[in-house]
Amino acid sequence: MGYTVTEKILLAHAKGVKDIAPGDFIRAKIDLCLGNDITSPIAMREFRELGKKKVFNQKRVVLVPDHFLPAKDMKSANQAHSLKEFAREFGISNYFELGEMGVEHVLLPERGLILPGDLAIGADSHTCTHGALGAFATGMGSTDFAYAMAFGECWLKVPETIQVRFTGKPRKWVGGKDLILHVIADLGVSGALYKSLEFTGDTIENLPMDDRFTMCNMAIEAGAKSGIIQADKITEKYVKAAVRKYKQPRKTFKSVISDKDATYSEVREYNISKLEPVVAAPHLPSNGKSVSELKDIKVDQVVIGSCTNGRISDLKLAAAVLKNKKVAPDVRLIVIPATQAIYLEAVKEGYAETIVKSGGVFCTPTCGPCLGGHMGILHAGEVAISTTNRNFVGRMGHPKSFVYLSNPAIAAASAVKGKISHPADL
Amino acid sequence: MKLKGKVHKFGNDVNTDEIIPARYLNTSDPEELALYCMEDADPDFMKKAVKGDIIVAGENFGCGSSREHAPISIKAAGISCVIAESFARIFYRNCINIGLPIFTSVEAAKELKTGDVAEVDANKGEIRKEGRKTVYLSEVFPKFIKEIISSGGLMAYARKKDQEV
Repeated sequence: MGYTVTEKILLAHAKGVKDIAPGDFIRAKIDLCLGNDITSPIAMREFRELGKKKVFNQKRVVLVPDHFLPAKDMKSANQAHSLKEFAREFGISNYFELGEMGVEHVLLPERGLILPGDLAIGADSHTCTHGALGAFATGMGSTDFAYAMAFGECWLKVPETIQVRFTGKPRKWVGGKDLILHVIADLGVSGALYKSLEFTGDTIENLPMDDRFTMCNMAIEAGAKSGIIQADKITEKYVKAAVRKYKQPRKTFKSVISDKDATYSEVREYNISKLEPVVAAPHLPSNGKSVSELKDIKVDQVVIGSCTNGRISDLKLAAAVLKNKKVAPDVRLIVIPATQAIYLEAVKEGYAETIVKSGGVFCTPTCGPCLGGHMGILHAGEVAISTTNRNFVGRMGHPKSFVYLSNPAIAAASAVKGKISHPADL
Repeated sequence: MKLKGKVHKFGNDVNTDEIIPARYLNTSDPEELALYCMEDADPDFMKKAVKGDIIVAGENFGCGSSREHAPISIKAAGISCVIAESFARIFYRNCINIGLPIFTSVEAAKELKTGDVAEVDANKGEIRKEGRKTVYLSEVFPKFIKEIISSGGLMAYARKKDQEV
């Protein structure tokens, strides 16, 4: 009996076993572990209490102060400072100070830190993003992060895999965000609980990396442990360029693919050739509806950014919609490139200028408003449309505010019209 | 271990943003996090809850962000355990790792209502409503997880393991 790509990666990392099956508990060697300014302080405290003198590998622990940075208040500054101190004390080279810092799940792939076939864990639920590299990547808690830093391993239950097969060519203004919102609407927020989602099919084979990251990023919103897309030529080209650019010590990798006779708990097929852009209504990411069903809902704020849609192709799309247009009066458009490299490219390509001329603001990289941290908190009763990943009660501010989730083109068009809109409406 | 407490009932898909909103995540101090426990699910929760009380919820409790601050705030608020129809996976492992007792039982989660008093035999996984004979059995933890729980959480398990090496 064959293995899925997820099972193969887990077996290659599992300690003391020769075979693997869904439901097995394993101790797995990790290639990389990650924490941010919110989750690391707890992990660092626990690591210190353990009395370890060294982390398992100074190059494989990554600390990214991205959530509340630039520090929004004194306590956030303390938390960020504690990461820097820890990085210095334990010689952790992959600590990213403001100026290099970016949203973690965009920054790590950009830097070539995660390779196809890797097993990566992060004290952040959106660690599943890295599955787009053909790696097994999953979010855990701070204690897991502390344990990983100390021992270079983690405990895992081998998940069942749901194969999600997409066929057809997406229509104009439809991208990875729409595909994943469509799937989450179908599965529900717990439809893939404890399972892995393996995205495949001709649509995925032709999908650019940025869109693949967006899709794997939101696997958690269906309750999944991980999302994964088998590495192919597109992945390999992306990873090799990143590794070369940032002179990473790990240069070689071996892509892993599912066996033909692998076992899936379920196979779901979607022909997306007629799919319209999808918008998820408050207060669950599974409330996906066709954009035409939600037209005329007035918005107060538009956010374009985050680990879901803060990449260069997202900003390009937003700029294309905003070109020679003005943001509607009384609407706040907040655009946040996810990393410094994306920021710079957006400046060079003129996207930043287009966005600012349209009446939007162009901010420093941060998770910021996505989790109601800073840089765009909603007032009671306010409505936002956002390219982020969650629209839970109070996610972006007041518990009585409302968040709609969409792709960057829909978000930009909505900023211009002041209500949820399709670019074709402009 | 026997637990007994007043039930506070919540619905499906209670997420970690509701359990401990991000506006309070500029600290990891348990005592401080406890002050805001469940604030966006029920703003008056901490006025009503007393030490030993039990949270009962529907499906997918603790979905969303990986923040360990969520189970930490529940534990520091003095909640003795959480009973749900199902738990989101990161929240589930966080509870095991930090030693907050959790029990999965569809029947118990459906039966218990706010104001009821629930009794839980943590070792046997038996849940009952005070004064009633019906016993609901929670899902049994796999052996591996039992080891972590009996050690007192993941770091205690790690210390024990470290000594063995």
